[in-house]
Amino acid sequence: MTPRVHPCAGLLASLARLVTGANSRWIDCPVEPRQRLYFANHTSHLDFVALWAALPEPLRSQTRPVAAREYWKRNRVRSYLATNIFQSVLVARPDPAAESNGFGLAGGRTILSPLLDELEKGGSLILFPEGTRGNGEEVGEFKAGLYHLCRSNPDIEAVPVYLENLNRILPKGEFLPLPLLSRVTFGPPIRPETDEGKSEFLLRARRALCRLKDL
Amino acid sequence: MSMAWLFGLNIAFLAAGTLVGQILKRTVRADGARAVVANMNLRIVTWWALCAMVGLAFALGDAVVIVLFALFSFLALREFITLTPTNRGDHRSLFWSFFVFTPLQYVLLWMQWYGMFSILIPVYAFLYVPTRTAIAGDSEHFLERTAKIHWGLMISTYCLSHAPALLILNIPGYAGQNAKLLFYFLLIVQLSDVLQYACGKLWGKTPIAPRISPHKTWEGFLGGIGLATAIGTALYRATPFAPWQAAALCLIITLMGFAGGLTMSAIKRDYGVKDYGTIIAGHGGVLDRIDSLCFSAPIFFHLTRYFFAV
Repeated sequence: MTPRVHPCAGLLASLARLVTGANSRWIDCPVEPRQRLYFANHTSHLDFVALWAALPEPLRSQTRPVAAREYWKRNRVRSYLATNIFQSVLVARPDPAAESNGFGLAGGRTILSPLLDELEKGGSLILFPEGTRGNGEEVGEFKAGLYHLCRSNPDIEAVPVYLENLNRILPKGEFLPLPLLSRVTFGPPIRPETDEGKSEFLLRARRALCRLKDL
Repeated sequence: MSMAWLFGLNIAFLAAGTLVGQILKRTVRADGARAVVANMNLRIVTWWALCAMVGLAFALGDAVVIVLFALFSFLALREFITLTPTNRGDHRSLFWSFFVFTPLQYVLLWMQWYGMFSILIPVYAFLYVPTRTAIAGDSEHFLERTAKIHWGLMISTYCLSHAPALLILNIPGYAGQNAKLLFYFLLIVQLSDVLQYACGKLWGKTPIAPRISPHKTWEGFLGGIGLATAIGTALYRATPFAPWQAAALCLIITLMGFAGGLTMSAIKRDYGVKDYGTIIAGHGGVLDRIDSLCFSAPIFFHLTRYFFAV
């Protein structure tokens, strides 16, 4: 895959690191440009920028964040940032009906198809399996997307990434960021075992993520 | 004694430290000692960078020095609040602390509006912070949260701003030399830190408060404070003070510097961290480097103002 890097991307990544005081740690996770699904806890609109900015090149230009279409398409600036700079893959949020009937069947597959296409091209993705922003204290339940993406691409490793303090920098409902220091922790990659079911894998992935908090 | 002389002396101290560090690096064999020497050399390299930055600010004039201290306050407050448990209800009062009170404190200094400078944070911010948090409506641990935010502002912004406040004092017979007095103050307080560290490493045996900081020993304390006071007294010609006055003031500011280091360590110990940040290689965060200045600056400023300024 040939990355199409926007000329401002590097500058914006440096700026984001400056604002979030980003301090990144890689624990038992080699910093190498292989195909990965980075999955993180979600507490702030800054999350995806912070994680994206914490990735060194050439990892960053191979990695596309997965973001909610209805938020990032709401105005032109957001839309430009999301599409041209972060190169994000915009997806529609699953509607609750599709979710309750087991998201991952018909409804879920349609939502995941742009992501599957991206993985087919060899790119890496950043996703927030909680689906929505939490309160910053507890990591919510994971949606099934992570499992399906891993299952359909057995070579890909899923890397847990714990984001700290971003909810304090820009909490839900605030628009002015505070200049606090955040931390991005990359943990050891995981993959679904051959006979591992959906809920077991999602539980294990969530635990792998929460564990990073205390390291 | 001119500013150039004082700065040259500072460079000579650094050069001597660098030489000793390089000799130790080549002679020390034991693993534990090598780690200490490696950390010491990293600190020395960082000291060169810090001195270059401060030296440049002084060369560019008072305004740049004030901006530099404003930046130190901002970064120190950032580190302090990052480690302080605050919650969503504090967001707006924190925003005010960072983007209104901290810059305003230095603007007042620049305007030389001393009356307002001395009460902005102890009075206005003290009353504003809890009010804004109360409006936000979250009463959980209310007093702890607001007290901690105000404490952070007092230490990082209010106390530290008294170092550059030396620039606005009107000291008879010392006109136009205030920058030199500020540099002298910074030199003695930081030298005292370095000498306490060095004496502690060489002879330290008896910890002063082992549960707070096992590395602060009576040997380091006495050696560092004694030597820094002696150097400060010898340099009295750079100041408006008589030798005995310089000695007394140096003793007071080095003791205050020690108090600052110990107090800020107690907070770190409570939060279970070693350093406030990682921004200054070898030293930790900005707050780790300036903790002694935060405690000594207001006292040095007030004593100088009370006894020497008009």
